[in-house]
Amino acid sequence: MTGKTKDEILHDHNRDGVDRRGFLKCMAWAGTGALCVMQGGVLKSYSMSRLSEMNAAELKGELSFVQISDSHMGFNKAANPDVAATLQAAVDKINALSTPPEFLLHTGDISHLSKPEEFDGVSQILKGATAKDVFFVPGEHDVLNDDGKEYFERFGKGAQPGGWHSFEKKGVHFVGLVNVMNLKAGGLGTLGHEQLEWLEKDVMHLKSSTPIVVFAHIPLWTVYPEWGWGTEDSAQALAYLKKFGSVTVLNGHIHQTMQKVEGNVTFHTACSTAFPQPKPGEAPSPGPMKVPAEQLRSLLGITDVNYIRGQHALAVVDSTLG
Amino acid sequence: MRKSVFIASVMVTAVMGLGGIQPKHNGIIASAQEKTASTAEVKIDNFSFGPAAITIQVGTTVTWINRDDIPHTVVSTEKVFKSKVLDTDEKFSYTFTKPGEYPYFCSIHPKMTGKVVVQ
Repeated sequence: MTGKTKDEILHDHNRDGVDRRGFLKCMAWAGTGALCVMQGGVLKSYSMSRLSEMNAAELKGELSFVQISDSHMGFNKAANPDVAATLQAAVDKINALSTPPEFLLHTGDISHLSKPEEFDGVSQILKGATAKDVFFVPGEHDVLNDDGKEYFERFGKGAQPGGWHSFEKKGVHFVGLVNVMNLKAGGLGTLGHEQLEWLEKDVMHLKSSTPIVVFAHIPLWTVYPEWGWGTEDSAQALAYLKKFGSVTVLNGHIHQTMQKVEGNVTFHTACSTAFPQPKPGEAPSPGPMKVPAEQLRSLLGITDVNYIRGQHALAVVDSTLG
Repeated sequence: MRKSVFIASVMVTAVMGLGGIQPKHNGIIASAQEKTASTAEVKIDNFSFGPAAITIQVGTTVTWINRDDIPHTVVSTEKVFKSKVLDTDEKFSYTFTKPGEYPYFCSIHPKMTGKVVVQ
């Protein structure tokens, strides 16, 4: 095989660091994993299969963390009868990373049915991760009963009463948002007035050079409204983040990787550790995608994120479990 | 002891009495004391309610059954009824005792909506 050793953005008409071809390549690589590195405001994307040709130092940053999502502990249907094993495989993968992550983000649907034993199962497996800190936001499957009492008692400590929270790590400001509560008939995910007000205040006094990472369960951009894959009032949240030079939005919910760049904002969805879901509109419903057992782990995965100080750089690397 | 009474409605099937009201136009002779109850079923499949709109007589019990691999709920938009979370093959029933329109949705997947019209 000859050819380029890496794929780079060739046309950047909107000066947003991404061209249509680059975007489509990111999409096409979703199954096998894609690496997108934002450096100096220019997005460079590389196929995972070519990572071995890259200088490891290029990917090394000041801060490294991993996003996992949609563990669905308790799910036991044909699409994946053993979600504990695949979550364990994800943890093994995290522990084997050449740059150990400082912490983990879990972007929701920890459990399948909000049962105590399901939450316990995930906590037990995550204890095996070398990164000890895990920051959570709930998915709709985590708050099925009693307004999410079980979730908030376990994972809501230190958060605002509604579950949203923010924290700093090495100069990066992280914001965990909750968009799975009080959903309205016919609608999408929702953040709500109270949370939006909190967000405005939370970021108001930060310098515009502060890198921002927002994580929430349902995508904060409209992926596919017909399946509810979007958030009603995300535009308002993003308006509060307009002044920042680097905003990375990490979501779960749709059980596949997808990426979009809009101005200074990079949107990214992670794979599930439990089961894949179909591409938007390519099935009658977004229900679990049944694939041959030997293919399953190639459709599940983790997302490794590296921040390189001084370069406005957040490198987002998806890798599959198989 | 109990006799089933058929109510002429396409959507409704007659079953043994489970409580309900006197039919106004029973096609089969029933004594004044006998009560009738009708049932209707809504299937949850592929993230949708089928049929999405159902018309029933007052006193009908509607049963929703989840045939998806994913849990769903049945929640009245106007807070008239609310199921617990229904995992695969679990059911929820509600008996409609007043005429009117009852829109409902799945509170987990709010794009899923349906309507019960009670005559």
